[in-house]
Amino acid sequence: MSRMLKLAAAVSAMTLFPAMLATASAENLKVVASFSIIADFAKNVGGDRVDITTLVGPNGDAHVYEPKPADAAAVAAADVVLVNGLQLEGFLQRLVEASGTKAPIVELSKGGEVLKIADEPHPHEEDDDDDHAAGEAGHAEGGQHAHEEGHHHHGEYDPHAWQSVRNAEVYVKNIADAFCAADAAGCDGYRANADAYGRKLGALDAEIRAAIAGIPADKRSIITSHDAFGYFEHDYGLAFLAPEGVSTESEASAADVAALIRQIRDDKASAIFVENITNPRLIEQIAGETGLKVGGELYSDALSDAGGPAATYIDMMRHNVATIKGAILGS
Amino acid sequence: MHALHDYIVAPFVEFAFMQRALVGALMLSASACPVGVFLMLRRMSLMGDAMAHAILPGAAVGFLFYGLQIVPMTLGGLGAGVVVALGAGAVSRLTIQKEDASMAAFYLISLALGVLIVSLRGSNIDLMHVLFGTVLALNDEALVLIGAIAAITLAALVVFWRALVAECLDPLFLRSVSRLGPPVHFVFLALVVLNLVGGFQALGTLLSVGLMMLPAAAARFWASRVEPMCLLAALFGAASCICGLLLSYHASLPSGPAIILSAGAIYLLSIIAGTRGVLATRVRHISHRTA
Repeated sequence: MSRMLKLAAAVSAMTLFPAMLATASAENLKVVASFSIIADFAKNVGGDRVDITTLVGPNGDAHVYEPKPADAAAVAAADVVLVNGLQLEGFLQRLVEASGTKAPIVELSKGGEVLKIADEPHPHEEDDDDDHAAGEAGHAEGGQHAHEEGHHHHGEYDPHAWQSVRNAEVYVKNIADAFCAADAAGCDGYRANADAYGRKLGALDAEIRAAIAGIPADKRSIITSHDAFGYFEHDYGLAFLAPEGVSTESEASAADVAALIRQIRDDKASAIFVENITNPRLIEQIAGETGLKVGGELYSDALSDAGGPAATYIDMMRHNVATIKGAILGS
Repeated sequence: MHALHDYIVAPFVEFAFMQRALVGALMLSASACPVGVFLMLRRMSLMGDAMAHAILPGAAVGFLFYGLQIVPMTLGGLGAGVVVALGAGAVSRLTIQKEDASMAAFYLISLALGVLIVSLRGSNIDLMHVLFGTVLALNDEALVLIGAIAAITLAALVVFWRALVAECLDPLFLRSVSRLGPPVHFVFLALVVLNLVGGFQALGTLLSVGLMMLPAAAARFWASRVEPMCLLAALFGAASCICGLLLSYHASLPSGPAIILSAGAIYLLSIIAGTRGVLATRVRHISHRTA
């Protein structure tokens, strides 16, 4: 798989800007990253050889971003544009066209394990079914509908692929390939950086698995505000329930909220969290009604400021796991 | 009977968030719908949409100074809305320009200023989205705010009723018999802004205008006098809130659109079946011709 990727990256680079290979390396590689998490990966791979411009900064929401002229200028001047793909960055296509950039647009999620929204495994599906049986004769079809709504917004795949550390490793490989294609002289450095960072990610993956293993199996259901943790759920066996769909733009229905509250009451969900990019009021309402305390803030689609608890990707994943574990074991 | 109870009452008994949604929505109907009737009679039905954008700079200033705090952002939005409404009203009263043009000018200036201020901060969270939640997430602050707005609105309506009616239906007459004209107009504009900001808490910026205007427009097909029209509009508003919440609960639909679509259904029905609607006037028309 990764050989095909390298081939694809090399081919796209050769066809898109043959002149670059000769001219690059005099100054730093100009890289545009669509949002803060990708920028963090790029920084780790590129080191001092790249200048990174981030379009959607810390605590920003890539679902609803509106680009500024400076963004178009950055994209136009870029040597490489790194994006997530899977239709997370709805603003991107038009921005790229408008900027007239010649830079390759690299979709980092390519080659990673991608989850379909409809096919996403639902550890809580049985719970929903329980509700159907126990509640008023099959009216509480909450979760499914919310998913379908996100479905229309985002296409058929869940874009939040970086929430799986394994996918993050794929992102990093793709970045190294893209940098190599654009700046052959620095290639060895990029590969070395990517390998070193990849080892850190491997350790992070093991760390997360160990931490989750410390949570009793019947307590592994938690509530967040929007469906951003499908990959985390898939990789690490925690169930995330959310009143909003995959996109932050969709609106919750009373049935969804009621279903969540019933699950908490039946002790099927043991902690509840707000996210850094969404309105916390709905979550606070659910928490207030069930007596569950809000367990803290999770970071899903954006890093925090440099001084915050999730300034890098690794910090973000560690913070999320520690917050989740603390809240579940504390409840 | 029992099934009916399960269907209509049980959701509100079982869940506190449904009770809060109901209380908030009913208070909002009681105050926003009569205001909507006056807006409609003044032919300013689309002003609400303009105001929804006009409050952005105020909310953005609140956000700049206090971060994502609901109260400062709401107060800021209220301030910006009042400035825009009063500015537009003053221009229409004191110059030759009509209210629609001055309102458009003021709200566009305000909107551009808001976008500018939000961009200064560099964050791109959709402020309006974050600031104004859904009817399912009404916390104590939001409920108190809506309650206060409803109380102020109803009190103002009672105090200024006669002047408001005269001002809406025959402003020249009011001007000829009293000097109350301009002040009453400004009081009215302030009420509109207040109710919109209250509505934003419950329905978001896109849809709150719907709860103000649709019941009022529907009531127009049933009544010709202002008092019954206001009462009917408030009733229609309350009914669509209850219907919408139940629909959202049972059919798993987003609550805001469900409420506004319920109001829309009442409106469409009223066009056809209202005592001043299509059927009634047609029938009268035909009977006149045959007679």
